[in-house]
Amino acid sequence: MTENGISKEEVKHIADLARLSLSETELSHLADELSETISHINILFELNSRLENLVETNQVSGLENVLREDTVDQKRVLTQEESLSNGKSTHDGFFVVKRILG
Amino acid sequence: MKELNALTLKEALEGLSKKEFTAKDVTKACLLAISLKDPKIHAFLRTISYDIINDTKAAENTLLKSLPVALKDNILTEDFVTTASSNVLSDYKPQYNATIVERLLKAGALLEGKTNMDAWAHGSSTETSDFGPTLNPWDTARLPGGSSGGSAAAVSADLCVAAIGTETAGSIRQPASWCGVVGFKPSYGRVSRYGIVAMASSTDSPGPITKTVWDAAFLLNILAGQDHYDATSLPNGVPDYTANLDESIKGLRIGVPKEYFNGVDGAVSQTVMEAVKHLEKLGCVIQEISLLDPRYSIAVYTIIQRSEVSSNLARYDGVRFGNGRETFGAEAKRRIMLGTYALSAGYYDAYYKKAEKVRTLIVEDFNRAYKEVDLIAGPVSPTTALPVGATKGQSMFGELSDVLVEPSSIAGLAGISVPCGFAKGLPVGLDLMGPKLSEELVLRVAHQYEQSTAWHKEKPKL
Repeated sequence: MTENGISKEEVKHIADLARLSLSETELSHLADELSETISHINILFELNSRLENLVETNQVSGLENVLREDTVDQKRVLTQEESLSNGKSTHDGFFVVKRILG
Repeated sequence: MKELNALTLKEALEGLSKKEFTAKDVTKACLLAISLKDPKIHAFLRTISYDIINDTKAAENTLLKSLPVALKDNILTEDFVTTASSNVLSDYKPQYNATIVERLLKAGALLEGKTNMDAWAHGSSTETSDFGPTLNPWDTARLPGGSSGGSAAAVSADLCVAAIGTETAGSIRQPASWCGVVGFKPSYGRVSRYGIVAMASSTDSPGPITKTVWDAAFLLNILAGQDHYDATSLPNGVPDYTANLDESIKGLRIGVPKEYFNGVDGAVSQTVMEAVKHLEKLGCVIQEISLLDPRYSIAVYTIIQRSEVSSNLARYDGVRFGNGRETFGAEAKRRIMLGTYALSAGYYDAYYKKAEKVRTLIVEDFNRAYKEVDLIAGPVSPTTALPVGATKGQSMFGELSDVLVEPSSIAGLAGISVPCGFAKGLPVGLDLMGPKLSEELVLRVAHQYEQSTAWHKEKPKL
């Protein structure tokens, strides 16, 4: 692993966080590709001295606290049938999901 | 007389009011053009079939009078498959329309079909589509740009009257530039994002891709405005964007940032500088300005976009709709992974937080520049259309090729790509960038540039 590099173990950990199952080949490719991308990103360290006292910008709409009435908008209500219409696996009007408790 | 599919939106509307033809004739001509030419470029993923076009009389009193409009395939259309060019959504039939689709339908548009794009809009080539690339109508050995490459190629090849794309950082302007058509990116929040497959929610901006600036302004009238389903949409009133297109531009100050010509192909630079000289002839005052090196924006955009992508794509689990996460393509996986890394414990401050601070620097840099000038002009892309295969093994292809449009996207500004000539036979786009909510100004200058040149009349021989 290089100075800015990401190891294969680290890639495996990130893949777990992102819920992606990756093959061994994908893991090694991604380790290289992510390391390459990180090397591009590190250009930002050049700006460190200009960033003191700056507030982060996480959105540029300029809007604050956009609220709406707490009412049901009938136009956006789907019937149960509509809601399930894209489900690959449904049962008795519900989506079937993987068991999450042992 | 022009073939009906080759008409601009304005020409089509004029022909309809003179009863020279019907909207159904125009749609028929477009669908015929698709059947003849689209096999060569693959701009469309699916179209409506001609037999389902109903009597268009009801739409006669609407703005668009049943004229056909193509939509990028990340825009949700009720009961009509919407894939974002990803296998994850290969058979997804949305239960509702995007707000902009509702607006287009209310304005009498006929939705002609869905256009190809980079899968999830992750790219600047349309080569990362899970359903195969779109090719450039000017040279089918080259890419159309992206991610709205299908929409830009469809407009360029006269397969539709007009199209809609979305831009997160270049995805409208860059393919418009490579395909020689007009692409308008509205200010962030001017057009609702509701019902559009989210990429980077803090910069996604839907907008028109058209044959002329007037057409873009006319469509923006329909698309723009606050939407209560998108809390980031702006409450500011929507003017008639076509009303002041011919008002004088004399004395307007146009800044040309020297940093935006570094690393740009010589022929592209020259073409854009000639366009700038032309603006001077039209009475604009040109002045050289200095902006933050756009290379920093590559890094900021990469971090912010990947982070937002990893969050937005976390919802795809194949339970409620779509297929499982194993169906993500290589590019989506790469982006999810980097975003997850940038947001993970220990790296959040070093990457994400730092990128958001530099974002502040970029916003402030533009605010300072717009005290000196009214608009900023530069090339849209450092190159003309690149050959098919150019993205292979290039994990940063999109970011590097969008270097000149990333800063204005990060700052949420309005911008347009307008055809300004050719370099070695391939189209070049002039980028005009204005402050937030300067739609009218950007469109006005672009319109007058376009109308006093003939570049927009050039068509590919497909």
